[in-house]
Amino acid sequence: MIGRADVATGLPAFRPLLAWAFRRPGLTVASLLLALVVGWTLVPSWFASDGPNKIDTQHILQPPSWSHLFGTDNLGRDVYSRVVHGASLTIEAALLAVGLALVVGGTAGAVAGSLRGWADDVIMRCVDAMMAIPALLLAMAIVMALGFGTVHVAVAIGVAEAGVVARVMRAEVLRVRGEYYVDAAYATGMHWPAILFRHILPNSRGPVLALAMLQLGLSVLAIASLSFLGFGSPPPAPEWGTLISEGRGYLSTAWWMTTFPGVTVAVTVLAVNRVARSFEAGDGTDLTGAGLGGLWIRRQARADEGAPAGDV
Amino acid sequence: MTRRYLLRRLVQSIVVLWGAFTISFVILYVVPGDPVAIMLGGGGGVSTATPEQIAAVRAEYGFDRPVVVQYFDRLGAALHGDLGHSIATGAPVTTTIRNAAVPTLELALAGGFLALVFGVSIAVLATAAGRGPLGQFLLSVPAVGVSVPTFWVGLILLELFSFRWRLLPAFGDTGWRTLILPALAIAIPPAALIAQVLSKSLRATLKEPYVRMLRARGASGRRVLLHHALHNAAVPTMGLIGVIVGNLLAGAAVVETVFSRNGIGQTAVAAVTAKDIPVVQGVVLFAAIAYIVSNLAVDLTLPVLDKRIAVAGGAAQGIR
Repeated sequence: MIGRADVATGLPAFRPLLAWAFRRPGLTVASLLLALVVGWTLVPSWFASDGPNKIDTQHILQPPSWSHLFGTDNLGRDVYSRVVHGASLTIEAALLAVGLALVVGGTAGAVAGSLRGWADDVIMRCVDAMMAIPALLLAMAIVMALGFGTVHVAVAIGVAEAGVVARVMRAEVLRVRGEYYVDAAYATGMHWPAILFRHILPNSRGPVLALAMLQLGLSVLAIASLSFLGFGSPPPAPEWGTLISEGRGYLSTAWWMTTFPGVTVAVTVLAVNRVARSFEAGDGTDLTGAGLGGLWIRRQARADEGAPAGDV
Repeated sequence: MTRRYLLRRLVQSIVVLWGAFTISFVILYVVPGDPVAIMLGGGGGVSTATPEQIAAVRAEYGFDRPVVVQYFDRLGAALHGDLGHSIATGAPVTTTIRNAAVPTLELALAGGFLALVFGVSIAVLATAAGRGPLGQFLLSVPAVGVSVPTFWVGLILLELFSFRWRLLPAFGDTGWRTLILPALAIAIPPAALIAQVLSKSLRATLKEPYVRMLRARGASGRRVLLHHALHNAAVPTMGLIGVIVGNLLAGAAVVETVFSRNGIGQTAVAAVTAKDIPVVQGVVLFAAIAYIVSNLAVDLTLPVLDKRIAVAGGAAQGIR
């Protein structure tokens, strides 16, 4: 029935999509919010008419209104425009951090899981040692060594988060290598590197992607923290953490300067985590706590999935 | 608990600590290429030091010798409890850390206590509320808790309780009243983590046959939950202790800055800003020791608390 209607309207799968969206309101809202933030990142000028650094001394510290949704700051700059333009700084840095964590941690984990023996021991003991240092403190130490700035902050967070990725990757390689199709591939005369790229890595992408998504949310938080502490780009740059720290001096007079950028960070991270959880639920992997620097992986029985409790 | 298990865990802990020292050495003394230029450059990046001064500092800290020699030198000194001197103040790093540890310990204990209270209450209430809207709502609370930036929560608490309602002091670190707001702020992420893991564990525990057995013998749902399931479900949560300690210390770094409190976190931020390499290494090692010791303590007490844990396999399988 649905199929026929779709042919008539020329909108294939629109109604099933709508039905799907209504069944998962939390995930739908999260996806839309994420799409909005991606829009801010790609084309900020579509969403904010003012430039991020347009100073207007006639309208300093204005409370939120229709012309200034998030109010104005101490220099009369529109806080909403600054948040919109700051999205690209924060999101791009977070993507860089996660990409780096995936490449470094993924390689280390895949090598450890493939080679086993002493190489596995050495790599995983290094990971243990890295995980003993809280990610934020480790990132602070790395930023100091590299020098301040958004890119260095991103690199530092990426390195600090690589340990978790390495553990997940290694666990996945060890899990997949026990499967029958890997034995079968050996039997046909394939060698390990080919098997790794042809069978193991494609089959371990689920948990790794779910983890990457969780790490993205965590990276946004970490980048905001480090730029709040003053280790990111210098002030005129509208990085989200910097915006919050700019509002610090006006807590008692202009609550909107800290509140709105903070809500933006929280809502973005919440949306990212919600989408990450949907990956996780589809795959049957439980990564609770992995995002916070600890690690908690358990392959759940498929039957246990049922209704993912706690849908937002 | 066998003596062999005890010994194995001790050796493991020492290896991890040694690894953490090595990582901090590589990051802080090898990666920068020329640590002296960084240290003398300060925050601005413009060095005003003369070449003679640079050479003198380089010789004083031993940077003119091969890296391997420096590494073993520093490792040997660290084993004797000597982590060098702060560049900013000249005080021994261990003294600086020891003085800063006291207020942070107070903050972390208060924060950890609040995290435990909030985390356990949310998990128990969510489980008791079942599948209805209230239960769903309570289960989604931790998702919000792990998404809010800690420093921002601190600022909002400051704005509301100190500036708007004038209930609690905004700054300082004397007296228990100054402890309330920062402890609340750092408690949120670990509370959310405890709630997530404990509610999952509770759900799994309530499916076990002994629960049906207890119910059949007439125990009320509340009694089963509070007297039996909670006890058994708590074990996986205890495995999170290291992560929680790490969380509290990372939270302290930003929250101590927000509330202008003295402590490890504030020391770390100030040291990174001033490029005070020895102090940063001291903080990193302090955090690693806190993580390792708390993990070790839990691993050694768990088999005493829960006889089901096979000592040979290490504590709480599935964790780490």
